[in-house]
Amino acid sequence: MTSTTTTVPSAGPVAGSRSFLSRLREGDEIARVITFLFAASVVLVTLLLVFELWQGSVLPRHKFGFNFFRTSVWDPIFDQFGALPFIFGTTVTAGVALLIAVPLGIGAAIFLAELAPARLSDTLEFFIDLLAAVPSVIYGLLGVFIVVPLMREYIQPGLKNTLGFLPLFQGPAYGVGFLTAGVVLAIMVIPYIISVSREVLLSVPRDQREAALSLGATRWESTWKVVVPFARTGIFGSIFLALARALGETMAVTMVIGNTPTISASLFSPGYSIAAVIANEFTEATGDLYLQSLIELGLVLFLLTFILNGLARLLILLTSQRGSEMSHV
Amino acid sequence: MHASVRPAVPVNIPPTTVTSAATREMPAALSMRMTIFKVNFYYGSKQTLFDITLGIATNKVTALIGPSGCGKSTLIRTLNRMYETVRNARLEGEILLDGQSILAQDVTSLRRRVGMVFQRPNPFPKSIFDNVAYGLRINGSKLPLSEAVEKSLRHAALWEEVKDHLHKSAYELSGGQQQRLCIARALAVEPEVLLLDEPCSALDPISTAKIEELLVQLKDLCTIVTVTHNMQQAARISDFTAFLLVGQLIEFSPTPQLFTTPGDPRTEAYITGRFG
Repeated sequence: MTSTTTTVPSAGPVAGSRSFLSRLREGDEIARVITFLFAASVVLVTLLLVFELWQGSVLPRHKFGFNFFRTSVWDPIFDQFGALPFIFGTTVTAGVALLIAVPLGIGAAIFLAELAPARLSDTLEFFIDLLAAVPSVIYGLLGVFIVVPLMREYIQPGLKNTLGFLPLFQGPAYGVGFLTAGVVLAIMVIPYIISVSREVLLSVPRDQREAALSLGATRWESTWKVVVPFARTGIFGSIFLALARALGETMAVTMVIGNTPTISASLFSPGYSIAAVIANEFTEATGDLYLQSLIELGLVLFLLTFILNGLARLLILLTSQRGSEMSHV
Repeated sequence: MHASVRPAVPVNIPPTTVTSAATREMPAALSMRMTIFKVNFYYGSKQTLFDITLGIATNKVTALIGPSGCGKSTLIRTLNRMYETVRNARLEGEILLDGQSILAQDVTSLRRRVGMVFQRPNPFPKSIFDNVAYGLRINGSKLPLSEAVEKSLRHAALWEEVKDHLHKSAYELSGGQQQRLCIARALAVEPEVLLLDEPCSALDPISTAKIEELLVQLKDLCTIVTVTHNMQQAARISDFTAFLLVGQLIEFSPTPQLFTTPGDPRTEAYITGRFG
């Protein structure tokens, strides 16, 4: 009799029937609550951000409504504010940056993970991580003193002479502008793409490579048709990271974009980005409408990041091969 | 004869030299699909195979057995030069496929002729169809793709189970089915030799039985070399068995002979379960 009553509570699988207090004593419940709070704080901060931006932008939302997104006049004196040139600038510079950085970054990652000797790969990885940690203002200086003159003297005239029939490469070569900002952003995000993609490629199981090789694949066929597709989810992750960084980058872009709210088909044209205009004008914003319009720009940047990330994910879903969706991820 | 100096090895090694001291009398009329001749193998400075000589008979199952670390996996990986993916690996000696040195030929065409199935099922994260078609797509196929895929899946005794969902992910199959899919994938390029490196070690007994049965059927199609740590398996499915111990070939005989009247006390000790 006594023996049965003592053994029943200690039988492990009936955990659900234990009292909350005993679970609390054993620590499971404490760990659960604390880690849940940590996880919930992410959602909390996001909501708080949106709430603050929403609250802080009451005036322009009521005054301009959807016209805020549609108009391109930015005139603090006559209290006319339209976000379109900034949205344009942010999107175009991030787009140019990804166009340059994705092929370069993934190519470099493939070399480091698949083809380079281990020692060379590790040494280069050290420098890549170093580059990823350089403050953006330094990249801005690099942009101002090296990229801008190079663009003005060589690259833009060169593009004009060869591809000048495209509207993208027309107009005067100022040096500063969308293209230059895109190039500087590309330089900044390439280390992220390389570093993350290399890690992901290295973590592809060895037996996948061997399976391809054993079927008579060359090393490149095994890399390109087996290893890279296997790692695609992680590689796309690195591109998202790069996109987020490019959309939000403030300092380096401000230094090379030209700071003129323009919408132009030409990549040579000076422009402006959302993050750059907030940084430049926030301290000088006089009047509530001006200040609140800048806050609404912040909200727009938040939404833009959200939407572009969503679109990128959708693109992946649509392009993913049949049969691979259910797999290892 | 200096086996270590590759060009000095004659391409046609007379059958008498293949039957070395460790190898007992083999039936005379057998033709050899592959011949391993005085192979020494090194990882860096560590030698893992010592002077191995043995013949792989055409359309037979040859099993390599021995305790862990005896070099049986290393030996099977020399047959399609898969060891070359490992840094600092070095092979001395000669290996012939149909009388021609495999070390001198193009490695991708060699691997097309000598297929391999691995210890853990390793399908690609693609559909069942695309897995089997992979080798056909990179190497070209004589038959239309869908016919060739069906043929391979039938050979691997998997067709009936998967014919209605060829476009589902290979990852939805059970472990045993995945391993048969890997066999189908290897068979699709019509190899002359199929190497299996402990193909059942990650599988349950029923899946294992299916694969064993399959291997016996497959020997009409190609020559089979399998590594196993399971002696009963070697006894059940193989025609010839090679017993290796710390990198040395101790005994190589027709399977019934090796298991009933082993010629070396170490073989006897191993097969009676005294170590390993």
